Parts: sequence; C-alpha cells; structure tokens
Amino acid sequence: MARPAEVAFSFDGATLRAPVGESLAAALIAAGLRRLGEGPGSPRAAFCMMGTCQQCLVRVDGRLAQACLVPVRAGMAVTPA
Amino acid sequence: MSAPFDLAVLGAGPAGMAAATEAARRGARVVLLEESPAPGGQVYRAAPPGFLVPPDPDRRAGDALRAALATSGTTLLLGHRVWGLGGGPLVPQGAPPLPFRVDALPPDGAPLTLEARALILCAGTHERIIPFPGWTLPGVIGLAAATILLKAQGVLPGRRVVVAGAGPLLYAVAAKLLKAGAEVAAIADLATQGEWARALPTLTARPDLLARGLAWRAALATKGVPVLAAHRVVAAEGADAVERVRLQALSGGTSESFDCDALCVGHGLVPATEATRVFRAAHRYARESGGWVPVLDADRRTSVPLLYVAGDGGGVRGAAAAPAAGRLAALAALRDLGLLDGRAHARARRRPALEHWRAAQGGAAMARMMALRPALVDAIAPETVVCRCEGVTRAEIEAALDDGATEMNQLKQFTRCGMGPCQGRVCGEAAAELVARRVGGRERAGFATGRLPLRPVPMEAVLGDFDYADIPVPAPAPL
Repeated sequence: MARPAEVAFSFDGATLRAPVGESLAAALIAAGLRRLGEGPGSPRAAFCMMGTCQQCLVRVDGRLAQACLVPVRAGMAVTPA
Repeated sequence: MSAPFDLAVLGAGPAGMAAATEAARRGARVVLLEESPAPGGQVYRAAPPGFLVPPDPDRRAGDALRAALATSGTTLLLGHRVWGLGGGPLVPQGAPPLPFRVDALPPDGAPLTLEARALILCAGTHERIIPFPGWTLPGVIGLAAATILLKAQGVLPGRRVVVAGAGPLLYAVAAKLLKAGAEVAAIADLATQGEWARALPTLTARPDLLARGLAWRAALATKGVPVLAAHRVVAAEGADAVERVRLQALSGGTSESFDCDALCVGHGLVPATEATRVFRAAHRYARESGGWVPVLDADRRTSVPLLYVAGDGGGVRGAAAAPAAGRLAALAALRDLGLLDGRAHARARRRPALEHWRAAQGGAAMARMMALRPALVDAIAPETVVCRCEGVTRAEIEAALDDGATEMNQLKQFTRCGMGPCQGRVCGEAAAELVARRVGGRERAGFATGRLPLRPVPMEAVLGDFDYADIPVPAPAPL
C-alpha cells in the first residue's frame, strides 16, 4: 500500500511519525502504543476502530476525541484522556 | 435554520449513498450526513486521501456508489456527528407532526441544526463481542476493527494473531492478515463445518462472494493455519497486553493455548437502532437478523410516518443488499412526500425490489451464522467485566437481577451498565441476554429507551454561546 508522506506529532510528550491522514488510532497501534488509558477496572485500548466503543478516547490539542475518528495531522499534540 | 430539506439521510454506507443518490437524481433536495471523513461505510470504506490501495471488489463497488453520489446533487456533510434528533412524531400530544430535526456536530466549528420532511436512517451495525476473561486487554480488537486497520490503513493489529468468532469476517480478516505479512496463529470458528455446508447453497446465488470465500480458505490451508471449527475463546491472557489466547471446543474438553500479540474477535453484527428507538418506532426481536430491529414494510417504512430504515440497521443482510434497500426507501419517501406518483413509484421500485430480494438470500444465511450464540453468554465468568465503560461485572448484573431488576432500563438504573460513553453499544447484547435468562426472553428484557445525545458530544459544542446569564429570570413575586 502506498502511503502519503509521514508527519511528526506527539503522544504524551514523545514524538511519533505517521502518514498524514492515517487514523490516529491506527498510527498509535503501528507505533506499538496500545494502552491508551485506564478505564474502571481495565485498561483502555482501541477496540472497535469505528467510533462506537469510546475506548480510544484521547485529548487532541486539549480536546477530547476518539483516536479512531481523528486523522493524523502534522504537529498535533495528543495526550491521554 | 434554512428551509427544510425534502430528505435527510443519516449514514453514508452503501444504503445511505444509494438512497441519497436515488432521491437527489429524481429532483429532491437531499442532505446526507456521515460521521467518517469519507463516504463508504465499513465494508466499502475509502482509504484516506493519499493512501493508494490495490483495487479489490469491495473498493470497486464502493467507488461506483461514491461516483454516483458525487454527481447526484446531494448535499454531503462529512465528518458530521449526528447527536440529536427531533420533530416528526416528537411533538406535544395532539399537535400535528413537524419536519424532522437533525442536530449535528461538524469536525470544526459551530453545531448545525437542519430540518427535513422525511428521514432515512442508514446507521448500519456495530459488532457484538460477548465478554470473556481478558477481553479488555490491549491487543484484543474486534474483527470489524481489524478489517478497518488492514483495509483502510494497511496497519497490522499484531505480528502473530489469533482470529476468533463467527461469520465470513473471520476468514476475510485471517486472509488479509496473511497477505499483509502477519502470522495467523489459529482461527477459532464458532460454527461447525455442517453450518457452513448448510449455508453454501444460498451463497451459490453470489458466485463472486463464494469464490472469494473459498480463495481465503485455500490461502489459509496453504499456510497451514490451524482452523478450529466449533471452538471459542476461553480467555485472553497477558500482563500489559495479550500474550496468549486459550481456545476450547464448544463441547468442552481441554483448552489449547496459542501465543500471540493480538486477538481479533467478533461474534456477529447488531443493527444500530438508537435513532428508531428515539422516535419510539415499533421494534421486534429477530435473533437471526442480529437482534432488535425496527418493524419495516417491504418499502422500508417504519411505523413512524416519513421515517425509513435501509441497510443492516434494519436487520443484517449484508453490504450487497444495502444499496437496493436504500433505493427502495428513497422511492417510498418520494412517494409519501408526493414527489413521485403511484404509478411511477410502482414502476421504479420493481428493479431494486428484485435486487434486494436476491442479495438478501445470501445475506440472511450469513446473518444466521453470526446470530447470537447463547453458549458464549452462559460461559461469562462472574468476575468478568461486561460493561467496560462503567466496570460492571456479570456478578454485579446478577445481583441487580436478584434485587428485582426485570428489564434493561432497570438494569441500567441499578448498576450503571450501559450508562457510560458507549451508551450500551458494546455491553448491550451480553447484558440483555443475562436479563433475558431471568425474565423469559429478550422480548421481556426489552431494550434501553432511546435517548439523546445519540453520541457523546462536548458540552461546549452543544452550549455554543449560551450563558447562564441569558436565562430569563422572572422578577420575584411581590411579598
């Protein structure tokens, strides 16, 4: 699969690179970051990839967002929700 | 708010794209709202801009629908999350129905409210995953999730993967994993060989799909992937993420352990009925169609005037049947709005009606394979979390039932099960089965009343410029 150029963004302070436009959840999985936060009693990780389960909730530039519905943009600052 | 549209279509999967295209081509003012950044839905999902994916039959079918939509004159609102619905029958008692109201949140900017005289819901399905110990570990994802990762993004869920559950997605995911360079440690299929053999005759109507399925099986056999029929996941195990999965025959016996770094699991598809529930449309429980479905006539009319459902949200029949259902719904809406006369409607509906009937045969056979399997619910351990948003275990659900909860709304009130951000979409099936076992069936267990917001939305987006100081406070009564 041909992909667009990679851009840099940050997750919890660490710099990551991913093709622009890839879903943020996919980019985090590709980077080996699967544990995105702590839920009540169990860790949270991307699960449905289609905006249903809300398990991949993160903050993108300060705003709550589902990582599976957010395309990667250059310079976006992602933090755990 | 601008003048009402003739028709609003919610969801730009195959049903929604076809519905909007049909109505707009016939001159109706149509708006199509979609949560994703591109039209396509799950099966016909488009890769993001700049991702060049080798063409496959799904991509070609999706591209044809997208091309027709693009030239149809439909107002297409992408990245719009619909969170509110109103109007229609939701008026004070005795008042005449209003146009439907749709509240949506665009990707950036101010919330949007629009009106439409008729509404077609094409919400599709979500995946059913019946809980098992370890299902919440990172590395465990849905089968549909895996197809999205692999098809649209070209990202592997893991290097060595166990694939488990029911239905054709199992083999689609396993074959795509192999092709993308991952190792498939094992496939655990809930169905027996006999169930597949019985489903085959209905699939001969779609030789293309049948051939694709057989090619997947052949690819797996070539690589020597163990395919375990009538097996389920007993547990996913690992410290911080899944490290191995234990599989066991449905008939019992010893479990077999497979090392892996990802588990893709799915137990079928459940129609998304939150919008028809909000409008208090009539529903019926149809296990072999995926669960609760709105009651529909042959032209996809619900029990609510000018409200229609097309695609798998009205009962699982597959992507191949969805466009014809969308066209039927659009034609019925135009007829009911007086934009198409009876004769023209009768003529225009003939072809989609026949297409839908044909495609629905194979779709129904696959839906039966993916229907809920009670054995999985029986096997849920007391300490296993059922509702992961709120951390509610099976034991807590059983305790609420002991305390007198008799249906889904009471279970929600007693335990908060289904009250978290996913709004019961993930836990609903397992929880409803647990209630049904006590009260004598899913009809009695019912479903959670449809409520707004349909999806979580930030308060700031909904409030906009609203300020508490804007609330008019009447002067206090004189003493």
